[in-house]
Amino acid sequence: MMGNVTLLEFLSMGREVANHRPWPRYQLDSKGWKALAEQMSVSNWEILAQWGEPAEVHVLLRGEDSGAVAVASHPCPDGSFHALGQFRPAAIRLERAIRDLWGLIPEGLEDQRPWLDHGHWGVTHPLGKPRQYDGGRHVYKFLAAEGDGLHQIPVGPVHAGVIEPGHFRFHCQGETVVRLEERLGYVHKGIEGLMAGKPILDAARIAARVSGDSTVAYSIAFARAVEAALGLEIPDRAHWLRALLAELERIANHLFDIGAICNDAAFAIMLAHMGALREKLLASNAALFGHRLLMDRVIPGGVAVDVDETAKTQLLSLVRMLRKGFKRGVALYDHTPSLLDRTTGTGIVHSTLAHRFGASGFVGRASSRSVDARKLPGYPPYDDLDFTIPVLADGDVHARVAIRMEEVRTSLNLIEQILTRLPDGAVSAPLPMRAGEGVALVESFRGEVALWVRLSEAGKVVRAHPHDPSWFQWPLLEAAIEHNIVADFPLCNKSFNCSYSGHDL
Amino acid sequence: MIPPIAKMLARHLIGPHTRKDTVTPSERALRELAESLGITAQVKLGRSLAIRAIDAGSCNGCELEIHAVNHPVYDLERFGIKFVASPRHADVLLVTGPVSWNMAEALRRTVEATPEPRWVVAMGDCAIDGGCFAGSYAVAGGAAAVVPVDMTIPGCPPTPTDILSGLLALLEAVEG
Repeated sequence: MMGNVTLLEFLSMGREVANHRPWPRYQLDSKGWKALAEQMSVSNWEILAQWGEPAEVHVLLRGEDSGAVAVASHPCPDGSFHALGQFRPAAIRLERAIRDLWGLIPEGLEDQRPWLDHGHWGVTHPLGKPRQYDGGRHVYKFLAAEGDGLHQIPVGPVHAGVIEPGHFRFHCQGETVVRLEERLGYVHKGIEGLMAGKPILDAARIAARVSGDSTVAYSIAFARAVEAALGLEIPDRAHWLRALLAELERIANHLFDIGAICNDAAFAIMLAHMGALREKLLASNAALFGHRLLMDRVIPGGVAVDVDETAKTQLLSLVRMLRKGFKRGVALYDHTPSLLDRTTGTGIVHSTLAHRFGASGFVGRASSRSVDARKLPGYPPYDDLDFTIPVLADGDVHARVAIRMEEVRTSLNLIEQILTRLPDGAVSAPLPMRAGEGVALVESFRGEVALWVRLSEAGKVVRAHPHDPSWFQWPLLEAAIEHNIVADFPLCNKSFNCSYSGHDL
Repeated sequence: MIPPIAKMLARHLIGPHTRKDTVTPSERALRELAESLGITAQVKLGRSLAIRAIDAGSCNGCELEIHAVNHPVYDLERFGIKFVASPRHADVLLVTGPVSWNMAEALRRTVEATPEPRWVVAMGDCAIDGGCFAGSYAVAGGAAAVVPVDMTIPGCPPTPTDILSGLLALLEAVEG
């Protein structure tokens, strides 16, 4: 039966949990969970997220062919579970984090070093059974690289630019990087702990600040998960306005990153050009929606903003202006051989690795992986909009830039479609008081954001887990930089632009 | 043929990007500085400030707006203020985010690495009092929970104009 069974057929051997929407959740016993772990080595099921509870571990899965999505849960009252990371390296850091936060031991995992816990919290296992800890800071053992002339370069957590904090440990031979190892967790804020017990709207504010650059995507993910848990249908117009805000966010981020990538290749004019375009978009956001980054504009139940005819006209002329200015920037990129020389062939991610780690977003799409949550599993209004997902096979910095450029064009087209076909009606619906569990998958500019939530009858969040696409992209950066020169690291890093805050939670 | 880069340079030089309206120093920040520095504590910096940004746990929203003040539209450098790569070159530390316990030591050491006279600015609601992350097991609180703070710039995140007007107040207060 190995390899032929579909995800849902396999999970149906477990017990289905009631009131989990829109996709089912199954509880597996030890035997079932172990079988799931073994399936990981033969199936093409993707891990979309993995998280814990004080005595249970959950994994969000997607069957690659069928597109079926489901949660598998494994109660582990004895405090340990069979590690999926033995078979799927993408799960290793997730399971190390589960151990840090909930105290559940991933059995069989070779790497048992702490991940988010640096020994500074004063407690261990803060979300499980917290115990006082004041044993001082942990000594973190970096992986070794040995050989003649090898040296280490430690970088961070405080970096030279305006960047989030994280530590990079390079092992180099001369200029060439032999091994890069990341150490993250510096901006861990305990977001899951903060969301637990909060009223829905307060938790929504926190969800909007998991990763500031993806605030719209996280707000949509949280809202969709809450609406699924409540079984609430929101008005059509709210779906379309959410998509409008999400595409504006996607364009703003891609513009900035394309400029910043070129800037890291010492081509500063592109940063200035894209920065000026981005500023036009952000100023329009502030004027039309009251917030430059669109924080808290998407709320559970709908959206907190609306557009009238004047706003539509203004947005359409913004789209035309951006398209024209962007075209100029792309032409300059395409006609600058010294720049292309830096981006082409640099920081290659092989498609096998992208598939193995289940990388989504432009990192996946630049390496032959075409997943996009807007298409699969899909959510409104995207099923009603006309767009294609760009895919390239080269996997280098240039491919990631090219994918982002195509996505900017696609998003500009999507905004025009949304504005011309925006349905009439209300923009939000009241939230009923009901208990339930919900999960949502939303495409941020970076890739798939997953969000799981459990609500109580009193209208409070019992538990919530946001999952950033960066979890599956950070490890690929380590692979991408191998055999490149140290000086190309900023270029590679920016072409990924993984979120530290979204990853560290 | 005129190369595309020449055309773009020309367009940006002649172009109307940079905001011509003046930004005034923030009144609120001036009051704060008068308190924290003492009215007499004025130092000549030659109308120039070097800033080192430190993310002590932010969601990266504040960083996006710091980038925006460096873009040609707000163009911070026209005021003689610039971001530098090392705390050893800095007059001002611009701290964003609630201070996560995992970053507390790095923040403390960065402040120590900055030569006197130095000023610490807490930027954004989180850096002021922890914002919506206050009370977490992983968060120490605002920047003031870990290092002395001279001035604040509120907002979630503060707009580029807020940031400019806060930094101009600092420039005014310290250059005397």
